[in-house]
Parts: sequence; C-alpha cells; structure tokens
Amino acid sequence: MATVGVRIRLVVTAIAFLIFAAAAAPVAAQQPGSVDPNAAAVKEQQLLQQSYRIQGLGSIPDTKSYVIEQPMGRTWRLFHEVWLHWIGAIVILGVIALLAVFYFTRGTIRMESGRSGRTIQRFNAFERFAHWTVGVAFIILGITGLNITFGKDLLLPLIGPTAFSQWAIMAKYAHDFSSFPFVLGVVVLFLLWVKQNIPTMVDVRWFMEGGGMVGDKHPPAWKFNAGQKLLFWLVILGTIGVAVPGAFLLFPFYFTNIFGMQIAQVIHALIAVVFVGLIISHIYLGTLGMEGGFDAMGTGEVDLNWAKQHHSLWVEQEFGQGRTAPPPAGARTTPAA
Amino acid sequence: MARMKFLCDADRCIECNACVTACKNENEVPWGINRRRVVTINDGKPGERSVSMACMHCTDAPCAAVCPVNCFYTTADAVVLHSKDLCIGCGYCFYACPFGAPQYPRVGNFGSRGKMDKCTYCTGGPEADGSQIQFEKYGADRLVEGKLPLCAEMCSTKSLLAGDGDIIAQIYKDRVAKRGYGSGAWGWQTAYRETIAT
Repeated sequence: MATVGVRIRLVVTAIAFLIFAAAAAPVAAQQPGSVDPNAAAVKEQQLLQQSYRIQGLGSIPDTKSYVIEQPMGRTWRLFHEVWLHWIGAIVILGVIALLAVFYFTRGTIRMESGRSGRTIQRFNAFERFAHWTVGVAFIILGITGLNITFGKDLLLPLIGPTAFSQWAIMAKYAHDFSSFPFVLGVVVLFLLWVKQNIPTMVDVRWFMEGGGMVGDKHPPAWKFNAGQKLLFWLVILGTIGVAVPGAFLLFPFYFTNIFGMQIAQVIHALIAVVFVGLIISHIYLGTLGMEGGFDAMGTGEVDLNWAKQHHSLWVEQEFGQGRTAPPPAGARTTPAA
Repeated sequence: MARMKFLCDADRCIECNACVTACKNENEVPWGINRRRVVTINDGKPGERSVSMACMHCTDAPCAAVCPVNCFYTTADAVVLHSKDLCIGCGYCFYACPFGAPQYPRVGNFGSRGKMDKCTYCTGGPEADGSQIQFEKYGADRLVEGKLPLCAEMCSTKSLLAGDGDIIAQIYKDRVAKRGYGSGAWGWQTAYRETIAT
C-alpha cells in the first residue's frame, strides 16, 4: 500500500509540474517584448526635478544613508559660508558701532544728584546667582558658537591648525554642556521675574519719552522699566529660539532627517547672532552705559538716588510696603561704592 | 594629473553590495561606518534602479567649505581627503554633503560623534604613503601602488567605474550609445557641474 501511495504522490507532483511549466511558458515567451528599458528607467534628473532629495531603500541599519542625493546641502553651505558670515558680522559689528555712536554722543548716563550713600536692595543673592549662571554660560556659548562660524577666518591663521583644532574640540564640548545651565538659569529667571515684567501703561509712557536714553527725561518705572521688560521677553523668546533647534542639533537625527537638521542649524545660528547682539547692548547698559547700574547685579544694592531716578515707582512701592524703612536723613549706612 | 571620479551605471548595478563589502574589508572600516553604500530607488516597482554611492570627490567640495577647522584638502588627483587629527567631529560636513558621504563612529549625542570617516578613493590620508599609521586611520593606499579603488575593481557587472573622469565618461557614453538608454551618471551634475549626454 505504501508503494501505491508513493506512486500517486509522484504522479500528482509530475502533473503539477507540467501545469506549472505550461503556465510559465507563455510568460517567459512574452518577457522580451514587455520590457521597455527606456520608458521604465528612473532618471536622476527627473527625480531631482520632483524633489530636493533622492531617497531609496538600503540594506544597512543607518536609515539616513538611504538618502542618496540631497543637493540642498549646497544651499546650506551657501547659508553657512556666505549669508551667515555676512549676517553675523553686520549684526554684531553693527550693534557695537551703534553703541559706540551712542556712547560718544550721549556718554555714560550719570546719577543726576550724585550718590546718596544710601542703598536699597534690588536683587537678592539667589537672583544674582541665577543671573550670573546665565551670564557666564551665555558668554561661553557665544564665544564657542561664534568660533564655529568665524574661528577659521579669525583665529586659525593666528594660532595654526593643530592648536585651533584642539581649541575647537574643547569649544564644541563647552558649547554643548554649558547649554544646560544656560537654559535652566533662564527658566529660573523667568519664574523669578515674570510677574514684574508684565507690560503696563507705564511702559507706553516710558517708550514715548524715549526711556531716558534719548533726551533728559526720566519717565517713571516699576522694578523693571519698559526697556528691561523688552530685554526680558526677548531673552525668553531667544532662549526658546536657540534651545529648541539646539536640542535637535544635540541629538542629531533623533527627531528629524537631513533637511530638518539643516533647518535647525539655520534657525539656531540666525537667532544666536541676534541674541549675541542683544546681550552686547545689555552688557553695555549694565556697565559702561550707566553709572550705578552695575551695582544691581554686583552687590545687589543700588544707590537710592539711582533707584529714584530710574525706577521711581518701584522705590515708592518698596518704602510703602515697609520692606526698606527710610533711614534717618543724612545717615550713611553703607559707604558709597 | 588625472581627475579621479566614480561613475555608477545604475542600469548595470545588481545591488550585490560587493563594493560595500570590498571597501569595508580593504580599508578595515570600523563597525557602523559605511564609506560606500547601495541604495535602491523604486524598490520592487517598474523602473527600479540601484546606485552605489560614496564620496564623489567634488570639484568644489561642500564638506571642505563648511568645515570649521579646515581639515579637508584636495590631492593632485582631485581626490578630497581630510585629516582626522584636525577633525573635531562637529558633523557639519554631513549636513553639507549632497551624497551623505561623511560617516561617524558614534551616534553623535552631545557632540560625541568621534572623528569623521569617509571614502578616501583608496588613497589614505595625510600620513606617510603606505605607513601603518595611515592604514589604521584612513585605510588602504592603493592609488600610490597604481591600483584603483577596490569597490570599482571588484564590481561584477562593471557598473561602478573608477578612474580618470574623461575616460570613464567616455566608457559610459559608449555604453549608452550602444544599448540606447541610460539613467544618467548619478551625482555628476551635483558634484562637478558637468553635463554628459545620457
């Protein structure tokens, strides 16, 4: 019986094979006529007209290698090597030039009635700590960031390729890791100061009167005047603007593809150069531009005359709440710094 | 001197990946790095083509232009090479390269990509020709021995051509003329801004 079973299986297999061969034969016969290599060929130029990228499938785990051609890389190069150099140079040198013009025409904004010798606390130790965390981190980020764009033009010819490469590696890591204290510090400053930075009608008057920078008027202001509020919100927006694309750059290809990486770099760089220009003017006003202003972030104690001149409403508020009791007239509690 | 180029005849490529394997073996490339790769377009559809892609050794190389430490240089044979001693692993060359040629030994979080690695046209790097240190950093130096890159030499269908640009362009033109069609010299217009009749 077993042999019969084997024979039946053999016959069935043979019949199946014959049917398969008969069915396959016409297909094979049609094959040469059905292929039109001209019509079917994928041409590079057609694909590039359809899309900025030519993408396919590969057999290695690195999926970003499936992009076979992205001529947009040349556009990104044009941005990075030409436009960014011009924009960065114009913004930063422009801000410095404007500040120089302002300094030589207006000069340092003096305390009109001189130092009183009495001080009032403007920023406590925690506020100053948060500010200088952000400040130090920003200076590191700014210098190391500008190094990526301008270092090879300005510093490389001076110190040579080996030393510059060593510096650039350190600068890259410094840039990557000082971003964390920077963002954290800005979050803390935001929470500390957001309440006093909400725009009010007083700010409109401040802007109308030129903020005391143009002309000799001293429009009233609360703890932060309209200019400082503007800086505050620009810093918040600027930090979001550099930190979000910065995170994309810090974790390359985690969230996006090659085009997204290029866009992230463009946004990061453009906002960063404007940010540097903004902070240069902030540093100017906090040091050279205004007498007595640096004390606010230095010792935290500002001279009472300075406070009355620039933040009249804030002084009244502080005294009104009894936080700082007005000392007897003529008393010199703190030496004039 | 010759102007060295690669040309992939996509109508001949059978996606066997021998070029990829040959490159990895000849240059002893670390894990995760593919100096050459084969990408298939329209996979499983009419008009499917496979293209073997590596560094095209561009005339005006975008990678060299964007490098923040200027670690790239072009040899007398028009091969684009770089110095791993100077490379800082910033990854900018990958953003600029139209062909995705630069490779990095690590993923790159927090800027930790490591030194960039890419196709050297089998001609090493800035170290002394044929030295051990050159081999360890950059791989084989075949050009100095009068040999072409192994990927092209190994190609079973002679789809991938390496050599002087004029000669391989002529070979490709003859092929296209004889068989009557061609899908183009992939990447040439992007890399060299030349048009060749295809």
